[in-house]
Amino acid sequence: MSDQRTPLVEMRNISIAFGGIKAVENVSVDLFPGEVVGLLGHNGAGKSTLIKILSGAYPADAGEIAINGQVVAIRTPRDAKASGIETIYQTLALADNIDAAANIYLGREKLTPWRTLDDAAMESETRKAMARLNPHFQRFKEPVSALSGGQRQSVAIARAIHFNARVLIMDEPTAALGPAETAQVGELIKQLKASGIGIFLISHDLHDVFDLADRIVVMKNGRVVGTAAVSDVTQDEVLSMIIGGKCPPGAIAGPGAAGSAATNSPSSGAHRTVQP
Amino acid sequence: MDFFRKFEIDPRLVGMLAALAVIWTGFHLLSGGSFLTPRNLWNLSVQTSAIAVMACGMVLIIVTRNIDLSVGSVLGVVGMLVGVIQARWLPETLGLEHPLTWLISALAAMALGGLNGLINGSLIAYLGIPSFIVTLGGLLVWRGAAWWVTTGQTVAPMDGRFRSLGGSVEGAIGASASWALGAVAIVAIIAAMLMARRRKLSFGFSVRPPAVEAMVIGVIVATVIGVVMLFNAYPLPVNIARRVAEAQGTPWPDGGLFISHGFAIPMIIALVTGIVMSFVARRTTFGRYVFAIGGNPEAAQLSGVNTRRVLMQVYGVMGVLTGLAACITTARLNAATNSAGSLDELYVIAAAVIGGTSLSGGVGTIVGAMLGALIMQSLQSGMVLLGVDTPLQNIVVGIVLVVAVWLDTLYRKRLK
Repeated sequence: MSDQRTPLVEMRNISIAFGGIKAVENVSVDLFPGEVVGLLGHNGAGKSTLIKILSGAYPADAGEIAINGQVVAIRTPRDAKASGIETIYQTLALADNIDAAANIYLGREKLTPWRTLDDAAMESETRKAMARLNPHFQRFKEPVSALSGGQRQSVAIARAIHFNARVLIMDEPTAALGPAETAQVGELIKQLKASGIGIFLISHDLHDVFDLADRIVVMKNGRVVGTAAVSDVTQDEVLSMIIGGKCPPGAIAGPGAAGSAATNSPSSGAHRTVQP
Repeated sequence: MDFFRKFEIDPRLVGMLAALAVIWTGFHLLSGGSFLTPRNLWNLSVQTSAIAVMACGMVLIIVTRNIDLSVGSVLGVVGMLVGVIQARWLPETLGLEHPLTWLISALAAMALGGLNGLINGSLIAYLGIPSFIVTLGGLLVWRGAAWWVTTGQTVAPMDGRFRSLGGSVEGAIGASASWALGAVAIVAIIAAMLMARRRKLSFGFSVRPPAVEAMVIGVIVATVIGVVMLFNAYPLPVNIARRVAEAQGTPWPDGGLFISHGFAIPMIIALVTGIVMSFVARRTTFGRYVFAIGGNPEAAQLSGVNTRRVLMQVYGVMGVLTGLAACITTARLNAATNSAGSLDELYVIAAAVIGGTSLSGGVGTIVGAMLGALIMQSLQSGMVLLGVDTPLQNIVVGIVLVVAVWLDTLYRKRLK
């Protein structure tokens, strides 16, 4: 069953190699507005590399990216942000020596009419943004190195959602968090989804993904094993996709599926999707 | 700790001022009262200025987790070129002592220095060669090139107006100009503080209590007035005072005339450089990016900062400041020699590090580096005053550097 709507993001036949090693090979994925797609796979399966291509950290060697049906060139993080793609990195990617406001506005600072930094305005906006995410947060004057793991995480999240993102990439967003904060991030994902933002969620935690995602994409050795709606597959089936590369009947096999006819040839049907 | 935080005073700055006070009183007592004199402090201000100017740029470089070992050699070669430009080329084209000679020379120095800095910066940022290696190469290349400019000959004398960039009698602006400058400084500082305060209040942020604010302003005003009085208390030597009086048409009384030195131009250059660079570091996107790169280069890049271009520009700024320092040094010596600036790279780095710049990147202030330069120079001229031999001077300065950084490390650990 193919979706008639225009996908928010469509990555087609993306490949990238580092020194002869194909980290991502002929991968096609898509994402619809208000949808959460879970990207699953072992360490080294290529999922982080794939989203770094979307977020502009690595320019792809081959393939194209379309946003709302329009092909866009994403070569730098700035390009990605211009297309409304924001990323929360696993490492958080915060500059430890500057404060929360400076991190949130890094690269797109608010300026006074004299073209100087408007720190007061940035701090004021940051206070509003953080009040929604983490009402207890008060340490606005301190470098983020002084903050706790959860506080740092909320700064990274605030930076990603503060600029009206259309597409959000979350790479292991709960890895550094306790149970209460993890639940909070889950709530946030549901809110963002309801407001029509598309989310790529990368996680090791199958439970998390089954809770939050509408659809999963499993990768292995740089290729897509298969794509499925979470309602069509069980966690065990997904595990065997991750470990063995076996594609269950409920999923659409990708070029990386074991024994698939498509294993060695690009499949035009590989990125056809199920209605979320 | 809470006290400092509440009143927004940097405890490290207070520590450095205390260290400076200890050094100054120590030398004053040991030298039998000849350190804290207008004359000695005036000389100290002139001697510090070239290192202080370069230290402003070095802070930004070290903050980005890089280093520049070539500044001393670049100062040497730029100084030679500036000497040749004003002592050989410009007299032939414009004529001797042309009123524009000093300006053309100074601009050429900054342009040459800046160009060299941009080249260094691109090798580091775009070709990925470690800054230590690029600038170590530069140290050798430019020291050799400095010799090559005139095959080792010293170029002298310098243009008369250019000479005032280096201090001495021509470079002293006199009593009334010093008072005027002090007044401008006071007005500017108060205006800036009040504007910042109003801006914070308009967003409903906390500000210092009015009484504390008034006290801070009071201290600043008193300091500026004190400094002006200090430098005005240093009179010109009798024969020069007489010449100045004659030039002004003032009759020369029997008891002589007290004509003040006032601020030295190199000191003004250093202070203005410090103010401009502080502004660049704290109030511009460029400065923000420099610090973000130092804190986490990958994060800065992922945030859309063009980290390579910023790094190249940082070296460009360092180059321009080195050119400026080359002018001060050449003017002060009234000669361009190929050994000018030898070991300056180490003094500049030491000044930045004593001033609280962390070699692991991300941390440093311009004010701190300038104070660091002043501490280094105070130690050196104090020891000269006491008649300490050069080898022993080096030993002391070296030990002080290590101890200062150790204390700073302790302070940082306690902070965490």
